[in-house]
Amino acid sequence: MDLLYKIFLDPFVQMGTAPDLLVQTLWEGLVGGVLYALIALGFVLIFKASGVFNFAQGIMVVFAALTLVGLHELGIPAFLALALTVLVMLALAFAVERLVLRPLVNQPDIILFMATIGLTYFLIGFGELTFGGNPKVMIASELYLPKGAIDLKILGGFVSLQKIDIAAAIIASIMVTGLGIFFQRTRIGRALRAVADSHKAALSVGISLEQIWVIVWFAAGIVALATGIMWGARSDVSFGLQIIALKALPVLILGGFTSIPGAIVGGMIIGVGEKIGEFYWGPLLGGGIESWLAYVIALGFLLVRPQGLFGEKIIERI
Amino acid sequence: MRAPGPGEIKVGEVLLAVEDVSLAFGGVKAIADVSFDIRKGEIRAIIGPNGAGKTSMLNVINGFYQPQQGSITFKGATRDKMRPYEAARGGIARTFQNVALFRGMTALDNIMAGRTLKMHRNFFWQLLRFGPAMAEEITHRRRAEEIIDFLEINHIRRVQVGRLPYGLQKRVELGRALAMEPDLLLLDEPMAGMNLEEKEDMSRFILDVNNHYGTTIALIEHDMGVVMDLSDRVVVLDYGRKIADGTPDAVKRDPAVIDAYLGVAH
Repeated sequence: MDLLYKIFLDPFVQMGTAPDLLVQTLWEGLVGGVLYALIALGFVLIFKASGVFNFAQGIMVVFAALTLVGLHELGIPAFLALALTVLVMLALAFAVERLVLRPLVNQPDIILFMATIGLTYFLIGFGELTFGGNPKVMIASELYLPKGAIDLKILGGFVSLQKIDIAAAIIASIMVTGLGIFFQRTRIGRALRAVADSHKAALSVGISLEQIWVIVWFAAGIVALATGIMWGARSDVSFGLQIIALKALPVLILGGFTSIPGAIVGGMIIGVGEKIGEFYWGPLLGGGIESWLAYVIALGFLLVRPQGLFGEKIIERI
Repeated sequence: MRAPGPGEIKVGEVLLAVEDVSLAFGGVKAIADVSFDIRKGEIRAIIGPNGAGKTSMLNVINGFYQPQQGSITFKGATRDKMRPYEAARGGIARTFQNVALFRGMTALDNIMAGRTLKMHRNFFWQLLRFGPAMAEEITHRRRAEEIIDFLEINHIRRVQVGRLPYGLQKRVELGRALAMEPDLLLLDEPMAGMNLEEKEDMSRFILDVNNHYGTTIALIEHDMGVVMDLSDRVVVLDYGRKIADGTPDAVKRDPAVIDAYLGVAH
């Protein structure tokens, strides 16, 4: 009885008696969700356009952030460093296409997946060699990202919103809208989806696979850079950050591997679910449930909707 | 270098010629010393028993396979091998034996994808959907709608093509190829797996494309009735070799062709 009370009643009583705490927890969940969503977005881009699950997306986040901070440490002004980092990500996209994807054309997806694992280890090694293994501080103020918090007085208490989080949410929504329009409405967007569906048909209408791959990897690189800046501004920039890539997996399962809105909504659900679960139910299990709760939520979803919330249900005619 | 426009080669002149083309996969010879030409404005059929090298031949023409020997002359330019983008840019469109559509996309988007090479506005304009990019999108959309009307697939333009029945998928695929406004259209078994009514529709479309747009067509087909009705000239392959070439009537009476199809022992 006591346990049932603690599971089914007590958390809701807590939510009701301290609504400001609930709002604060929801907000933090949403913000974490935005960052998960950004990482998932990088995966979705590459998966949509080439059918490859890019294991290296996480390390690309770290690599982009490290490059930015590293260049600034060399005395390059912040915004010039940002522009240079964009160029580095473009160079990375070209290199990946030339050295990894092109030699592996027409190979099974699992081979390409393995290649992205290889790419991960290469980027870890290359990053440590170039920038050293120590954590760095994101140059948030140099990039004019806001600092501090806004305290809202609501529901008989205080809710504190970090300005950087608000900025992250705004930047993420701009990126998502832009990418959505790009994929649905433009010639190149159509070509991207075409390549994902059939390589030979794409070739037959004159779409260049090489060009498309460079474009998606570059877009994923830009998303990685934005994620790196935002995440780095909240904690610091270190190789440990690449672990968050694994958090993108439940987000993708939830949202569907091919859906941009899915990545966003999935990110939010996972982010909020994690925080609420940790705060209200975590103590029952001695805390620390944040690290695995996301996977349980995703697993539950798989049972009901294997294609994800927004994923395309591929109907095969036999 | 821009390939010569369609106007520069007159009807009846050679649009594409393959000369002494040989293609082998390891030790297996798929095509052995085959030469033939396709003249502007005609419907050219490539026939032969299974495994004769017909699809390989189409793949050589549009650059999916690169032959070890021989040459390909297209619009007056001779080359050892074609590359897929050269073929697409030069005005060669094709359909596939087992339908290769963009399954997750709508019929309309599939056809618009066929216009990729015709659209030139850059990335940033497209992203803004404003000004010249918008005008371009509208122009091309109009062309796509014409093709949709022509193929009588209005009712399915917003449907994901993966859900369509096979006959309609084949029609959408033809639409995508037509959207390229090709000078040479390669059709790999356009009527395979179709019922009689669908075959009649498809035959009508093929003839209309040829008459209306003056598109030169090379097609592979198994249905002899269809081949004899549609085509102006027929080339017959067997075990990768050319065994006959001529009008449908002449080919039909050729003893070598009869042997290949009926399997006469010598």
